Amino acid sequence: MSSLPVLAHTDPSALTRKDFVPSAEVKWCPGCVDYSILNQVQKLLPTLGIPRENFAFISGIGCSSRFPYYMETFGLHSIHGRAPAIATGLKLARPDLDVWVVTGDGDSLAIGGNHFMHALRRNVGLKILLFNNRIYGLTKGQYSPTSEIGKVTKSAPMGSIDYPIDPVSFALGSGATFIARAMGNDGPQLYDVLTRASQHKGTALVEIFTNCVIFNDGAFDQYTENKAEQQLRMVHGEPLRFGKDGSKGIAIDSHGRPTIVAGDAPNVLIHDEQSDALSFLLARLNPPEFPMSFGVFRAVNRPAYEQLAGDQIAYAKSKKKADLQALLGSGETWEVK
Amino acid sequence: MSKKVETLESVVIRFAGDSGDGMQLTGTQFTETTALAGNDVATFPDYPAEIRAPAGTVAGVSGFQIHFSSLEVFTPGDAPDVLVAMNAAALKVNLPDVKKGGTLIVNTAGFDKRNLEKAGLTKSPLEDGSLSAYRVVAVDVTALTMKAVEGTKLGRKYAERSKNFWALGLVYWMFTRPLDHTIEWINAKFAKKSPDVAEANIAALKAGHIFGENAEVFAHSFVVPPAAIPPGRYKNLSGNEGVALGMVAASQLSGLDLFLGTYPITPASDILHHLAALRHFGVTTFQAEDEIAGVTSAIGAAYGGALAATTTSGPGLALKGEGLGLAVILELPLLVVDVQRGGPSTGLPTKTEQADLLQALFGRHGESPIPVLAPATPADCFWVTLEAARIAVKYMTPVLILSDGYLANGVEPFKIPDVADLPKIPVSFRTDPNGFFPYERDENLARPWALPGTPGLEHRIGGLEKHQKTGAISYDGENHEAMVETREAKVQKVAESYAPTEVHGDTSGELLFLGWGSTFGSIRQAVRTLRVQGHEVGHVHLRNLNPLPNDLAAIMKRYKKVIVPELNLGQLAFLLRGKLLADVVSHTKVQGKPFYESELLEAAAPYLEKKNELTAGSRAHGSERADA
Repeated sequence: MSSLPVLAHTDPSALTRKDFVPSAEVKWCPGCVDYSILNQVQKLLPTLGIPRENFAFISGIGCSSRFPYYMETFGLHSIHGRAPAIATGLKLARPDLDVWVVTGDGDSLAIGGNHFMHALRRNVGLKILLFNNRIYGLTKGQYSPTSEIGKVTKSAPMGSIDYPIDPVSFALGSGATFIARAMGNDGPQLYDVLTRASQHKGTALVEIFTNCVIFNDGAFDQYTENKAEQQLRMVHGEPLRFGKDGSKGIAIDSHGRPTIVAGDAPNVLIHDEQSDALSFLLARLNPPEFPMSFGVFRAVNRPAYEQLAGDQIAYAKSKKKADLQALLGSGETWEVK
Repeated sequence: MSKKVETLESVVIRFAGDSGDGMQLTGTQFTETTALAGNDVATFPDYPAEIRAPAGTVAGVSGFQIHFSSLEVFTPGDAPDVLVAMNAAALKVNLPDVKKGGTLIVNTAGFDKRNLEKAGLTKSPLEDGSLSAYRVVAVDVTALTMKAVEGTKLGRKYAERSKNFWALGLVYWMFTRPLDHTIEWINAKFAKKSPDVAEANIAALKAGHIFGENAEVFAHSFVVPPAAIPPGRYKNLSGNEGVALGMVAASQLSGLDLFLGTYPITPASDILHHLAALRHFGVTTFQAEDEIAGVTSAIGAAYGGALAATTTSGPGLALKGEGLGLAVILELPLLVVDVQRGGPSTGLPTKTEQADLLQALFGRHGESPIPVLAPATPADCFWVTLEAARIAVKYMTPVLILSDGYLANGVEPFKIPDVADLPKIPVSFRTDPNGFFPYERDENLARPWALPGTPGLEHRIGGLEKHQKTGAISYDGENHEAMVETREAKVQKVAESYAPTEVHGDTSGELLFLGWGSTFGSIRQAVRTLRVQGHEVGHVHLRNLNPLPNDLAAIMKRYKKVIVPELNLGQLAFLLRGKLLADVVSHTKVQGKPFYESELLEAAAPYLEKKNELTAGSRAHGSERADA
């Protein structure tokens, strides 16, 4: 019975990238990888068959959270760490919208860790783009929850003693149904992963490595400079190979630990996006012993939260009429004459 | 042989026992039967903070007080006329409140050595003469209950649990109440699931009633005639249920689906429980991961076009402060309910207090004005919630409702309104993209509600300051000042929509009682007594704490003195001094309990000309003069 206006939507088939570029000037630092991410998202959205007015971008605080200002869609630049909770409320109230959350490593894993975890475990229909630059950029260079041990920053002149958190492992532990990782500066790789995320029902988390040119420059260079050796590309149903021409593969030894074998060895693991154990093993592969995993770690189907909530309401409505007069007069009543 | 019946005007009765003794149930049954008999009633449940305090100890005592009368009732009453105490601890805790000369009905089985030890007593008060100022009816309720249920199939342990019904039966006899309502209730509750329990409870209830009729301990029973209550259909309503019904009504009247984002907290959780059962009204209840997600999910829902609400108590309101700042700068409608309890910190979580007023008004960063309303009674929670929703959508602002533990759990008769008579809550959404600016304002200074999904209205809002016209980010100092002043002016404008402030009693004279929130009943009762005694006393009860009514200052000036009773250390008094430069007398109490009428009479005494001796309950011997 909601009185929300019933509106004729615009035709999504005519949309192009330009329709998603607002007049506002983009104010990230020159050379920031965030530009590249923005570009890929603006390229992707017009292909999804969704009217432009149905996109909403919700962000928290940080460099990444400026993102909504640079999208010609509905956008809400909120407060530090709370974007997943705001987006959850929006998606519950308006399941017809395509809701995206843009966040950073501090926003989602420090101040907003609780909301991030609960959005993931509830499987709310949100696309969460986590820009991980392993540093606090907006507050000018303190270590973040994903900074490596020993990192020297203004707030850790003798090196950080905080053990870093891995967003992918965190998401697996939280029961997320879609988890992927991409290099922010690798357009095609990012585009593929974003496409997969956009099609997922439920929470889709994409961790994007984003180089901060000012405070953490070169943090991800190794994955670009020696891509073949340093990147393990995960493709569902394909062997987990890396190195020049796929000369190496990932296998498991008799202790259940990952090990590197020849690319054509019979025990090279086949990637399976629905295998919990494999997803976790791949999340824990770390340089220098192993390459870093990129692509989709996990993609499984579980009913989206807003779907379950909507189903309960629909069921309740089918069983009982919404009669306010009857509600007000329910229970034990008596007449005074 | 029927005994004599004596007519009384008002009675206050308290049932007290161990938290496992079913005292809340007993009290509720007595309340319903009494309301059905046409009395006006007010109740006050009082239960332990511990989930399962050790049985028989002082910490485990649970109580339920009912004030019923043939006159209008404003409070659950000061001192009980009758105390039902199921064990030694219950007597020890509650005896200091009982009227001298009052009746104590005690279960002697609850006074054995073990019970006395647990209550921290060395001697039994039943034997040491310490109860000589009271009429003591000492009965072995447990043994008589066991005897009454002998014929049923229940085991001893379960049968004993019927003893609260035995006590209820006795009290029903005392006040000439019929048993049929409770028997119906027992049958509805137990007859299908466990017929043995139903049979035992009914047997115990009847046995207690027969005991009153036959035993030598009571010379006569009492009758409290029906009150002169405005005609209509009534039901008992608690404050928390009132808020929940108010929200659903506001949803229906505005055509907006209701969204509640909340985190469980005493004493607010029952609002969530009530609403969670009303999904057929399109209600979404979201039990969030914390208080912060409670308010921020509601902000997200409001952004999407829902009638959004969040409910909490004091500590939770503190956590929501940052989110409320966002709601203020976004200028989205939002209902925030703070069911106050004793603080700071975990404080007295099951006791009442009014100490969040200044937090509600000022407990945020930056200049962050929010309209604040306070219901006066449990039933008023319904009406205040409707009013809060009207303000929220009309002015595009969060609105805060200050309830408290006393209102939340207290119950009073609620005259069931006709839905056709309820005020409509008009809502309009911006749909025209031509000339759209997200922070352009209407005549109420409200900005348009522009929902995602509306073609051509794509825009960005956020926590950063915005340009006063275009809504684009602006760091300009003068623009910021203009926006701060506009947000304040918008909230101040809400006062223009108030009805004239209602003055009860004398509209000028010696003394004005100026109160807010749940102190309404105590103040109204005290004012009635003073006016019967011939004093010129008025009562203004503020429903709107922010902004204050525009006519308030002029009303206050018509009295020689203004006294402001509050269950805090003088927060409204502080506000009145600051905002109106008014020299008010602050009268405060922070004991987790409401004011007693007698306390207010005492507080008023220095400011009144000498008339009759001041005693609580003087109304019984005279009638209040008609309002001027």
